[in-house]
Amino acid sequence: MTALADPMGFLLFTKGPLFNIAIAIFALGLAARLAEILLLGRRPNFAEPRAGEWLPGLRTVVTRTLPDPGTFKRAPFNVLTGLIWHLGFLVALLLFIPHIELIKGLFGISWPGLPNPFVDLVTAVTLVALAATLVHRLTHPVKQRLSTIEDYLVWAVTFLVVLTGYLAYNRLINPYPLALGLHILTAELFLIILPFTKLTHIFTAFIARWYNGASFGRRGVQS
Amino acid sequence: MSALSSIPIRVQSMSHGTANCGNAVPILHEVRHALERLIATGEGTQIDLNAIPFGPEDEAHLLAVLGVGEVRATIDALGPTHVQETAIPGVWLIDYRITEDQRLALHLDIGDIPEILRTQRQDLDTALTTLDARLTSAKDRAQFEY
Amino acid sequence: MTAKKHSVGEHLRDQGVSRRAFLKFCTASASLLALSPGLIPALAAALEQARRPSVIWLSFQECTGCTESLTRSHAPTVEDLILEMISLDYHHTLQAAAGEAAEAAREQAMKDNFGQYLLIVDGSLPGPDANPGYSTIAGVSNYAMLMEAVEGAAAVIAVGTCAAFGGLPEAAPNPTGAVAVMDLIKDKPLVNVSGCPPVPMVITGVLAHYLAFGRLPELDEYHRPLAFFGQSIHDRCYRRPFYDKGLFAETFDDEGARAGWCLYRLGCKGPSTYNACATMRWNSGTSWPIEAGHPCLGCSEPRFWDAGSFYAPLSVPTGLSSNQVLTAGAAGVLVGGTVATLARRTVETAAVSRQPVTADELEQTL
Repeated sequence: MTALADPMGFLLFTKGPLFNIAIAIFALGLAARLAEILLLGRRPNFAEPRAGEWLPGLRTVVTRTLPDPGTFKRAPFNVLTGLIWHLGFLVALLLFIPHIELIKGLFGISWPGLPNPFVDLVTAVTLVALAATLVHRLTHPVKQRLSTIEDYLVWAVTFLVVLTGYLAYNRLINPYPLALGLHILTAELFLIILPFTKLTHIFTAFIARWYNGASFGRRGVQS
Repeated sequence: MSALSSIPIRVQSMSHGTANCGNAVPILHEVRHALERLIATGEGTQIDLNAIPFGPEDEAHLLAVLGVGEVRATIDALGPTHVQETAIPGVWLIDYRITEDQRLALHLDIGDIPEILRTQRQDLDTALTTLDARLTSAKDRAQFEY
Repeated sequence: MTAKKHSVGEHLRDQGVSRRAFLKFCTASASLLALSPGLIPALAAALEQARRPSVIWLSFQECTGCTESLTRSHAPTVEDLILEMISLDYHHTLQAAAGEAAEAAREQAMKDNFGQYLLIVDGSLPGPDANPGYSTIAGVSNYAMLMEAVEGAAAVIAVGTCAAFGGLPEAAPNPTGAVAVMDLIKDKPLVNVSGCPPVPMVITGVLAHYLAFGRLPELDEYHRPLAFFGQSIHDRCYRRPFYDKGLFAETFDDEGARAGWCLYRLGCKGPSTYNACATMRWNSGTSWPIEAGHPCLGCSEPRFWDAGSFYAPLSVPTGLSSNQVLTAGAAGVLVGGTVATLARRTVETAAVSRQPVTADELEQTL
């Protein structure tokens, strides 16, 4: 029985050597990106601060995360589908019990999960919302011109991770080791491209929002 | 032994809800469909309960719902086979066992009468010869006694 | 000890078995084969005509657990009937003869039934490139014996995970160079009855199928009979409703474990394991591992010994420690720091060598 030639071999390959490679690239790449951003820092500001940085920074993290009425009125579709699939993705990623077990197995920390059928429903909604974003991107004249290959690559990998997870949970691909192997494989692709594409925003978005708020706060500007 | 007895063992009483009999209910619905078919077309159905992933309480729950009916028969061939009509007419429970009283198969038979209760045509081939032989031996005995 | 060319029906009638008893036997066999009860009349007709095949059983790198499983098969009457219907001509653990007499019996059976006999193998064997000395019988290497025996076989049944997939001997680092039977035999019908040990009724079930239909049953991609390995443990598990509700035991002694909840988080490999335990059960249908509160080990799947901890959930990767992640992260910080330092130095050198230009000077260059 040679590895990879069969579904179980494939699953064990994705769970073993390939996972090690993917997580190493991810950890190395992400740490490099973050270290670069944080070490480069910002130009020192010698002006007298007019107010604190921390509170406005944190407030902006919240306010920029929640859609504001103006943006919503201008682009309701973007805001709504964007919010739906991001939330759905996070619920499926962080509150599905097998994922919690994975994190627990790696880092020893865990938290309560949600019942599987609920996560299943959320995943289905996420898939629909993700598909809608692609249709919108392909049909909207401005988005169409703005989109690069990277945008489509990131969309495809994200969609495939969710799709294979959904198929595996509902056992729509047989045998199951193949389904689970495909899901793990796409998740590994996601991890590998994460530090080198716009997916890095998973880690930098909140830093950027905090920085904006902190900068405003320091200058005494409402954010 | 003290080490063993120091392990606290709590015996959990079985719950009486439907928590552990999630698979009995679908079977009962299958029985209902089979009954409808029997009434409409006269076609019988057999359900092999061994092939159903039953939990510890599923079988008890299923049998409790079906109840006990009027007919009870035991067939003595390759060990006992217990045939029991349930409280639902037309629904029979057939428990195939071997001589050591271990179960071979458990079937629900939805029909007029389970096949295994009928006289088998193949056995009828030997019916006349058996009876003739017995008649002859009875005649012999009668002659002998006079 | 050649196979008697009696049909099963005649054989049973000779023994005074009534038609009802025969029907009962067919019912048990159908249940065994996971055939729909509606097929019992067809099975009865087929078994009636079946002829007794000669069977040669070779045991290689194995622990005899598979033979134990078979001889402890529940329902001795039915098992006896099935074993009655085959002619087991060589099995060096079960047969009375030993030494040269045993090997002579094997050679005789192979000669008399050439092209007809069923070859059952349990245990893996050192491959053609491995040292044959790791496992021999009567001075003959396992490989040579298998190749000789397979020549006249009508079909091969690999019993147990070792024979089917290599099993424990083949687990890393595989010191004996063990291979599975299907790695060596490509040109004969082959069925794998995997499991460590296999469910006994599955072994007899495959024999019953062969008897009834004269051919091997329908197989999955691992050559396992679909009737028994067609569905996963998870799909047929009576604890499945708890998985669906998200109710899990988290330790072997918490409330969830006592209430009989799903064992996924305790490492159950049921979702990726295909076997018949959930419906056929063990020990005369008494129970099976999950009903006894233990997660499925996945013993009927290839490489189950090398698939990580038996107690790690299926979603947990094998053989990765958080140390590796931290090391990679530390390397990343180093890389990022270097890049940042280089970038800063580029900015600084640019600042040093900067030549201020005024608007007037620029205009002059035009």
